[in-house]
Amino acid sequence: MTTATQESTNYGRRQADQVEDPYDESYGRGNGGSSGGLLNDPNRIAKGLGWFSIGLGLAQIAAPRRMARMIGVGDDETNRNTLFAIGVRELASGVGILAGERPVAPVWSRVGGDVMDLTLLGRALRSDRADKNRVAAVTAAVLGVTVLDFLTGQQLGRESDAGRRTGRAQGRDQARAPSGRGIEVKRAITVNAPQDEVYRFWRDFENLPRFMEHLESVQVVDDRRSHWKAKAPAGSSVEWDAEIIEDRPNELIAWRSLGDADVPNRGSVRFIPSPQGGTEVHVQLSYQPPAGRLGSIVAKFFGEEPDIQVGSDLRRFKQVLELGEVVHSDATVHGHPHPARPPEKPVHVQSQMQGAAR
Amino acid sequence: MKANCWEGKRKVRVEDVPDPQIINSQDAIIKITSTAICGSDLHLFNGFIPTMEKGDILGHEFMGEVVETGRSVKNLKVGDRVVVPFPIACGQCAACRQDLFSLCENSNPNGWMAEKLMGHSPAGIFGYSHMLGGFAGGQAEYARVPFADVGPLKVPAGVPDEQVLFLSDIFPTGYMGADMCSIKPGDVIAVWGAGPVGQFAIASAYLLGAERVISIDRFPYRLQMAKERARAWETINYEEENVLERLKELTGGRGPDACIDAVGMEAHGHGVTYAYDRTKQAMGLETDRPIALREAIMACRNGGIVSVIGVYGGFIDKFPMGSVMNRSLTIRAGQCHVQHYMKPLLERIERGEIDPSFVITHRMRLEEAPEGFDMFVHKRDNCEKIVLSA
Repeated sequence: MTTATQESTNYGRRQADQVEDPYDESYGRGNGGSSGGLLNDPNRIAKGLGWFSIGLGLAQIAAPRRMARMIGVGDDETNRNTLFAIGVRELASGVGILAGERPVAPVWSRVGGDVMDLTLLGRALRSDRADKNRVAAVTAAVLGVTVLDFLTGQQLGRESDAGRRTGRAQGRDQARAPSGRGIEVKRAITVNAPQDEVYRFWRDFENLPRFMEHLESVQVVDDRRSHWKAKAPAGSSVEWDAEIIEDRPNELIAWRSLGDADVPNRGSVRFIPSPQGGTEVHVQLSYQPPAGRLGSIVAKFFGEEPDIQVGSDLRRFKQVLELGEVVHSDATVHGHPHPARPPEKPVHVQSQMQGAAR
Repeated sequence: MKANCWEGKRKVRVEDVPDPQIINSQDAIIKITSTAICGSDLHLFNGFIPTMEKGDILGHEFMGEVVETGRSVKNLKVGDRVVVPFPIACGQCAACRQDLFSLCENSNPNGWMAEKLMGHSPAGIFGYSHMLGGFAGGQAEYARVPFADVGPLKVPAGVPDEQVLFLSDIFPTGYMGADMCSIKPGDVIAVWGAGPVGQFAIASAYLLGAERVISIDRFPYRLQMAKERARAWETINYEEENVLERLKELTGGRGPDACIDAVGMEAHGHGVTYAYDRTKQAMGLETDRPIALREAIMACRNGGIVSVIGVYGGFIDKFPMGSVMNRSLTIRAGQCHVQHYMKPLLERIERGEIDPSFVITHRMRLEEAPEGFDMFVHKRDNCEKIVLSA
């Protein structure tokens, strides 16, 4: 317990350092921003380096003779063998980088390889048989790549440490929202019901808790404003006010939390007619996990895998619209893992949805 | 009530559990009269299907009498005698409206688990892991049946349980295996696996107009049943003969027009490939051993159809894609859309075209389910199909 809280608190603090106005224009756009490092997305650069390694490695293995001529060293057997060996090494580190989710070690192995290559090139520069101009150009190129490898390795290492501190799940979320601007989830589902009906059901925010598992209630205050209450562990709850910021009948609803909400959040849902009939429902949610103890509660509650949570909410939304109620199995009527056998006590599933039953 | 529960790998136990209750408004509670152990239950028993939990009630082939209905149920009333299809289907979603009931979009509340493994989720299934819903199964005295207006088929009083019980799964599954072969007059069909589903695939291929059906297995008693009861034209024991060579010989070198895999993920074989698959499966490097499937693909004639009704759970290895692609093969597969086939097949039974009870070799009481599993998994006493009376 303590560990979990601490981890999440660290996460919160890290977030707090970088908190920006969640309502500025770029908030929630995910990948667009930079977290202040030299490299915007070290993972992507690492992938690029991985492919580069593979390409180079293959060339060195397939055509060591041509490679030797290209970089300006003599085309003798020793050089060919050296190039072949380097090719094998490049292939291995390329595969290592592309196979790993956060390839810190393989990227550092590239740095090690760069140093080795620079040593060899240095020796070639002093050799009589080498084409000095070519070798110098290749050395400059390798130096450039070395710097890139080094920075990528450093950045990945930093992120990986942060990932360890913040726990596994958030490490993954980090990958999704690397800019530290909160967590963003996008999901879509197709509902076998006409656009206006699907829109109307969502537009009445008081319906949302019927399929959003963590929501306890939503009270509609007026045309635009509503008061939301979400469940939190140990019977506590988190509350906030929200307003609709865009409402295009049958097409789009967008909302955001107001004032100093504990968990600043915003969301939008788009309704698009599906080419095969029915309505595509595209949801986008983003929220800013707060710092401190509350942050840890929220992170634990929503943080596990937010996209799965939203996906399951949408599955229930579809059930409510198509069938009039949320479908349960013997195991899912419980909020925790339960064997697939009838429950001990009588179960009362939320009654049928008014206006949604078909 | 009593129910047969999964307690871990190779362990089931009959336990006292709470009686089922109506949870959703379209539920019905069925008092079970007959239930069966399916070959696919053995995949659960052997621990090859992920997301099982200790205490899960098994069983997806059952029938009985309606004893209670939810307030939205219109087509069933207390006292009706019904057979229950194994896939749970809502009848309202796009898949159900196309009769693709085992792909129901609303019946798997744990869809996210299936999505992780398979990309998208299929329908929920009774007693078949949490990834497929976490629904209690029918090897029990009572069962809760969701969407009671959609799934359960009323059966007339005169027909005994044993003749209609298999409408819940294995007869329609075998029939769909043959149906997916788009059989034309003169067609030769080969069926891998002479378990109960294989037997029904053979019989169904003839019902659908096949000229000759060849049955492949390793147990002589099963091949004998295929020949004598399902009327297989020829049988091949793969432990004694080279299947590919024999099939070429039997089809003038062409290969069968369609091949049905009624084996699935725990196929047996011999030689290096079998050892390879067993090792990889044991090490968790592949989840399924696709030995029959590989052979079915290699055997099929150019441009033919490979129809897969044996159950696969996850990932396979050494898949002969080159054979599929270069020889224009068509692969069709699926958990059976039972609701689509039940009624016409009941009519075939009533017309006397087939009596599905021919596969039954053992009759036991529900309490004896653990002995039944043990016998079935070891193929003792020429075990083909066990029916349990509750």
